[in-house]
Amino acid sequence: MSEQEKNYLTADYRLRSWFFTTDHKRVAILYFAGITLFFFVGGAAATLIRLELATPQGDLVTSDVYNRLFTMHGIVMVWFFLIPSIPTTLGNFLVPLMIGARDLAFPRLNLTSWYLFMGGGALTLYAIFAGGVDTGWTFYTPFSTFYSNGHVVLAATGVFVAGFGSILTGLNFIVTIHRLRAPGLTWYRLPIFLWSLYATSVILVLATPVLAMTLLLIALERIFGVGVFDPRLGGDPLLFQHLFWFYSHPAVYIMILPGMGVVSELVTCFSRKALFGYKFVAWCSIAIAAIGFLVWGHHMFVSGQSAFSALVFSFMSFVVAVPSAIKVFNWTATLHKGWIRFDAPMLYALAFIGLFTIGGLTGLFLACLAYDVYVTDTYFVVAHFHYIMVGGMVTAYFGGLHFWWPKITGRLYPEYWARAAAILIFFGFNMTFFPQFMLGVLGMPRRYHTYWPELQVWNVLSSAGASILALAYALPLFYLGWSLFWGRRAGPNPWNATGLEWQTPSPPPKHNFKTTPVVTRPPYCYTPEAQPQNA
Amino acid sequence: MWREWIPFWRPGASPHAADVDLLFTGLLLTSLFVTALLFSLLLAFAIRYRANSDADRGHRIRKSWRWEIGWTTATLVAFLVLFAWGASLFLDLYAPPSDALPIYIVAKQWMWKAQHPGGQREINELHLPVHRPVRLIMASQDVIHSFFIPALRLKRDVVPGRYQDMWFEPDKPGIFQLLCAEFCGTDHSRMSGRIVVLDASDYEQWLSRQDVNGTLAAEGARVFRALGCGGCHSASSVVRAPPLEGLYGKPVPLQDGTVATADERYIRDSILLPRAQISAGYEPVMPSFAGKIGEDDLIRLVAYIKSLAEEERGSAR
Repeated sequence: MSEQEKNYLTADYRLRSWFFTTDHKRVAILYFAGITLFFFVGGAAATLIRLELATPQGDLVTSDVYNRLFTMHGIVMVWFFLIPSIPTTLGNFLVPLMIGARDLAFPRLNLTSWYLFMGGGALTLYAIFAGGVDTGWTFYTPFSTFYSNGHVVLAATGVFVAGFGSILTGLNFIVTIHRLRAPGLTWYRLPIFLWSLYATSVILVLATPVLAMTLLLIALERIFGVGVFDPRLGGDPLLFQHLFWFYSHPAVYIMILPGMGVVSELVTCFSRKALFGYKFVAWCSIAIAAIGFLVWGHHMFVSGQSAFSALVFSFMSFVVAVPSAIKVFNWTATLHKGWIRFDAPMLYALAFIGLFTIGGLTGLFLACLAYDVYVTDTYFVVAHFHYIMVGGMVTAYFGGLHFWWPKITGRLYPEYWARAAAILIFFGFNMTFFPQFMLGVLGMPRRYHTYWPELQVWNVLSSAGASILALAYALPLFYLGWSLFWGRRAGPNPWNATGLEWQTPSPPPKHNFKTTPVVTRPPYCYTPEAQPQNA
Repeated sequence: MWREWIPFWRPGASPHAADVDLLFTGLLLTSLFVTALLFSLLLAFAIRYRANSDADRGHRIRKSWRWEIGWTTATLVAFLVLFAWGASLFLDLYAPPSDALPIYIVAKQWMWKAQHPGGQREINELHLPVHRPVRLIMASQDVIHSFFIPALRLKRDVVPGRYQDMWFEPDKPGIFQLLCAEFCGTDHSRMSGRIVVLDASDYEQWLSRQDVNGTLAAEGARVFRALGCGGCHSASSVVRAPPLEGLYGKPVPLQDGTVATADERYIRDSILLPRAQISAGYEPVMPSFAGKIGEDDLIRLVAYIKSLAEEERGSAR
């Protein structure tokens, strides 16, 4: 192989060339390994939870173990899978490629982010295996600061450290998108994926510090007895909830915005059409990020905040749902008069639109004050946010992974296996989480180790669905792994997609572009398949 | 009734529950309409415009902004209606009728304790009369709990360090589930009980069958004496302290110029955090009783101070 043909994977084989790499593509691979590990750790906890809930009695594990399982599931999935998922893997890989740059603005900072992420993850895993945490991922006070006997401070420290990785990644993306765009690549020529990541990064930078402070205050109160949240020490438990949700609600948009970006790329490519209402979709991402900062109190409608705050937060929550609805309408309109193909990434994208719609509509039930009083803290909420985060974000992540897999690895995966997995995930997901809406409407509170016998039928359905889902999520591990060695060579642009990343060889060379590309057209200049534009 | 045929419909037990069920129906129909519209469009486009179909692709929509403005406005209007509907029902929860029966709840890991004004006490059970508004004044002794009665479509977090209140009016006798909805530790899922709603006569009978050590206010009077509150708060005392007779429910002018209403929360805060709200014209000399009195005794004390106002009103008439 000549020097010129070397790509970022074959450029250097030494181990240190991976662990000290500053190549954004390799950092993406490092992140990919990390979050895949955490995905299966969190998934293992979910499996045990669903097994336990197959019967009304708590007969598989004790209550203390059960409480540690759902806490671990939440902490690992939220902070070590969902939040980093698309930004740190696909985002790290694609941001420079999509804007025609050789790397992110701060390559060493990028590697630092990964070490912070893994360091935080290691601390949290240690806390889990050293005895666990039983507070739920929300760390509500005064339970977490005084009454819990788990490793609260250790787990919070893990999240605290990983948070700095998030902040640095956000900062890196913002600067990169501002400063390193290729000539001619104006803001309105950016792919929607980058608009989404930009909005996400703004939230990462502005919200994560609040989480860091909050976790620090928990540690202060728990270790030194400084009264901040515990009323026995003169603190206020609701203050904690305000601070926590001031971060954690925007964090929901950290988790879904990148998914919306991926879906915009997939829908356009596989219907061979420009995105309907590009500017609206682009600005909707920014609107969601901005309004998303003003809705945190909808987690606290029954917590004792004033009726007036509840009214304002309910109103804002309805308002923030509008830009999400607009996006769904625009994706649907994009299909109109297109040339639609149903490759695996498109199946994931269509599944995303369906599941996200259900998640969004059930969000209206929760934004609606009087109804929220009934179903908040029940399985209705659990089902709702799993539709957004798993049905939405994880589905989009899988769609994006399949779409850019040929670019990342240079290989094509077996198409029929991929389609089968996509369909299986869709059915398994619905079977797992739709019955949980019923459980919520019947009044089953979340975080319950035991429940009353009338609810068993829905719980058994959900657990059965979860076994299908577990299998479906494991499938890609095998066929994608297989394709690494035996998959067909992909070529630079197997989907005939527009976008600068497809102009490089697959896998791309270490410095992406030999000459900096010049952009002269808006994104998504798709033409029907019959006349491929590269021909 | 037709609702019994819906497997995920739980019968309600109050007028508010019926209102919430109607709201749920409204939300459900809206969602079904949107889902049906969107999914049939997705399906129709996916079939009609599949890559190898020869459907006409000419005359595409060029001016998208009309569509954008159209569906943005439609969505916003529909959302505003749902917001207003949910909000109006929610605000009712903040307006308890003045004649509501006050009942005091203390939550602790992992049980619910209830105290009736007549001095009756129960654990993990709450007996209530039907067709009479009930107001719960709730406190937690340790962590946050949440008092959840699915049949009433109501829950309220019980937060340590403050009183939370909720009110409702059960409209049928029966036994209903009481659950804890906020994660509170090991036995969270077992922190449950029963709400027993009785006819007026059954309820009177139940009240009279309980062992009672005087009314709640009488018990409170004993706590008042034991803590030596009368040393300052009585007409004959040397220290000048605000009189407690006729206090409850009245506006209290404070030293900082604001005016507080003397509800349960104000009385509680005045005992535990006396310096937070100083009555205008008095020296801030009262010591805090935080840590010296448990939630149960505090409730009795509050009930006693409330009863002083009722006596006052009685004698005025």
